[in-house]
Amino acid sequence: MGMFFLRRLGVMLLTALCLTFIVFSLTNLYPNLEKLAKSQGNNRMTDAEVSSWLNRNGYLQPTVVKYGEWLGVLPGFTFTNDEGEISGRCIENGQPAEEAPRFCGVIQGDWGTSTRFRAEVSDVVSTRLSLTGKLMFFVMLVMVPCALIIGVLAGMKEGSKTDRTLSTASILTTATPEYVSGVLFIAVFASSAVGLKWFKGTAASAMDDANFANFTLPVLTIALYGMGYIARMTRASMTEVMTAQYIRTARLKGVSFKNIVMKHALRNALIAPFTVIMLQFPWLLNGVVIVETLFNYKGFGWALVEAAGNNDIELLLGCSVVAVFVVLITQLISDIGYVFLNPRIRIS
Amino acid sequence: MESLTWGGIILQILIRFTPVWIALIALFAVSISYKRKLGLYGKLFDSTIGMIGFALVMFWVFTGFFGGALDWIVTHDPISVISGMKNKAPGTALPEGAAGYPHYLLGGDNLARDVFSRMVKGSWEVIKIAPFATLFAFMVGITLGLPAGYFGGRLDTLLSFAANLILAFPVILLFYLLVTPEIVATGIPTYMAAVLFIFPVIFLCVLFNSRFHTQPDKRNVYLGITLVVGLWFYLGIAWDADPLGVISVPSNILVVFVSVVFVNSPTVFRIVRGLALDIKTRDYVAAAQTRGEGSWYIMLWEILPNARGPLIVDFCLRIGYTTILLGTLGFFGLGLSPESPDWGSTINEGRKLLSVYLAPAVVPSVALLSLVLGLNLLADGLREESLKD
Repeated sequence: MGMFFLRRLGVMLLTALCLTFIVFSLTNLYPNLEKLAKSQGNNRMTDAEVSSWLNRNGYLQPTVVKYGEWLGVLPGFTFTNDEGEISGRCIENGQPAEEAPRFCGVIQGDWGTSTRFRAEVSDVVSTRLSLTGKLMFFVMLVMVPCALIIGVLAGMKEGSKTDRTLSTASILTTATPEYVSGVLFIAVFASSAVGLKWFKGTAASAMDDANFANFTLPVLTIALYGMGYIARMTRASMTEVMTAQYIRTARLKGVSFKNIVMKHALRNALIAPFTVIMLQFPWLLNGVVIVETLFNYKGFGWALVEAAGNNDIELLLGCSVVAVFVVLITQLISDIGYVFLNPRIRIS
Repeated sequence: MESLTWGGIILQILIRFTPVWIALIALFAVSISYKRKLGLYGKLFDSTIGMIGFALVMFWVFTGFFGGALDWIVTHDPISVISGMKNKAPGTALPEGAAGYPHYLLGGDNLARDVFSRMVKGSWEVIKIAPFATLFAFMVGITLGLPAGYFGGRLDTLLSFAANLILAFPVILLFYLLVTPEIVATGIPTYMAAVLFIFPVIFLCVLFNSRFHTQPDKRNVYLGITLVVGLWFYLGIAWDADPLGVISVPSNILVVFVSVVFVNSPTVFRIVRGLALDIKTRDYVAAAQTRGEGSWYIMLWEILPNARGPLIVDFCLRIGYTTILLGTLGFFGLGLSPESPDWGSTINEGRKLLSVYLAPAVVPSVALLSLVLGLNLLADGLREESLKD
């Protein structure tokens, strides 16, 4: 178990390094840097001015070197201008060059500065992430119990009318991407044209004060897409358990149907959905980006879109590190959880 | 002209779709009467769910073809503007003196274009890209997944690592990194296309070579045809350098195509690898190994045909997923041109005024929903029917 854990951790680190390097090199391609220079300096720079700006800020070094600096394994870039003033990656405005640390990268805890928000990346990411965390918490609160109940009800009696109805409903929700269900929900529940106006069509006010009116629609939109999938997995696992030998034995002994489901079937049927729920996190991240854009909720997904749209290199890297770790850690938890939950693997 | 009532609108729309209804009825009549001779496709007509799904999918395929390629169903030009029709309700009559069809059946959008025609044209954008992108993703996934599962070892470790790497990317971040104009300017999408699109050619060459290498005459004919046609398409699609000048893909469509294939192929790879791992332990594979068949023959002619059930089901699901991805791209305004009538872009434009004017965003949403739902139902029907025997 320890060995397995260590190996997984190693693969995780390697994946994170590879991914950040890919993001790094794609955002550091010359056309992107040119755009960055023009947005930071001014829009009418000539080509020579652009390249001198890039040179002054250390963007013209080889990508690997820049990546090493960002990571904090290579000393930060410094530039001495004609008057002998030293500026550099690790030197803050007004700070003498001698006092500045030599290394300033992710390893040292310095995530850089966001050019879009003009703030520390770590601050931006942590505020945005906490907002998204709030959203995700409610999504999970709605999605997981509903999905499990639907799946178990459908899988209890395969082929029954309940099963048919619930299965078709879960197919319907998996076929509805967030940008479609979100639009339909806003149209029905929030627009003045239909006149229901139960909820608000924007969640901008939910960032400080989430209430029923402004938070229901975004939560429901994300939850619905994942719900169908988890419900189908639960149903498949439940139908498999319900045909097992020990269930038949219990029936023949005369155990009531309710007790069979509650005491014998349920616990075994919930092993597979656990893995699926953990693996849903990365997909939810996708939904979060769409829903936050649609409902104007300024969380992590919104920051990701803003960073990508404005080629904000360091914020984009920070966001992708977070996203990648979410994906990899949920995979790890699902693997470990699977081993712990499943007695057949645990005991052997 | 009077504006139409809701009953009138529905009636007029049904009439506009006449060619689609005729084609659908003909298809179903022929399929049902010969269903016993048509294998898995015929069995689909035994399952109600599968039939409903198939009908929805074919509805959009015919709509896309008749409306998009032949210009039959559309009532107005999807990008032309008629003044005075901005944000008008469904069924509004055109102002006096305007030529053409007398109504905007599903209203006008905020640039005074016809929502109904844009919806019909948008289906063609999907039908044109989604099935082919999925097919290419399958070719890549199969060509890499079979050897990974069959040989195992280092190759498997390496390929699985690469696949997991791509899967760990948030899809939207990947799209933003690949589809922006700056990246297109560097030519990276073209190189990716060059790598990804060679796989179908490799796949078909290996497929024929492994089967017919004992009959050189036959093999040479098959290989020759594959290479000539395949490389011709390859040059045209990936490099936009078709020597005859017939095939050419606009660069923004190519970028969209490449990124969708790129996102889909790792999942296909994982599925194929899993299936290959399972099937290679079967007796008929051992028998082929004992006969001294080559590895590629076993992979492509023994393992692959026996993995077809799950792959066909996944193919249907994946077209649906690709449709969703294309919509996502449009929703974020990536790739396709802003004038383009594809559903994702239209939803994105319409959502800004959604609280007042419903039609521009709701119509393409419902269209996309019904197509993806159809594909999911079709996959469900196919799964049920293929498990029966």
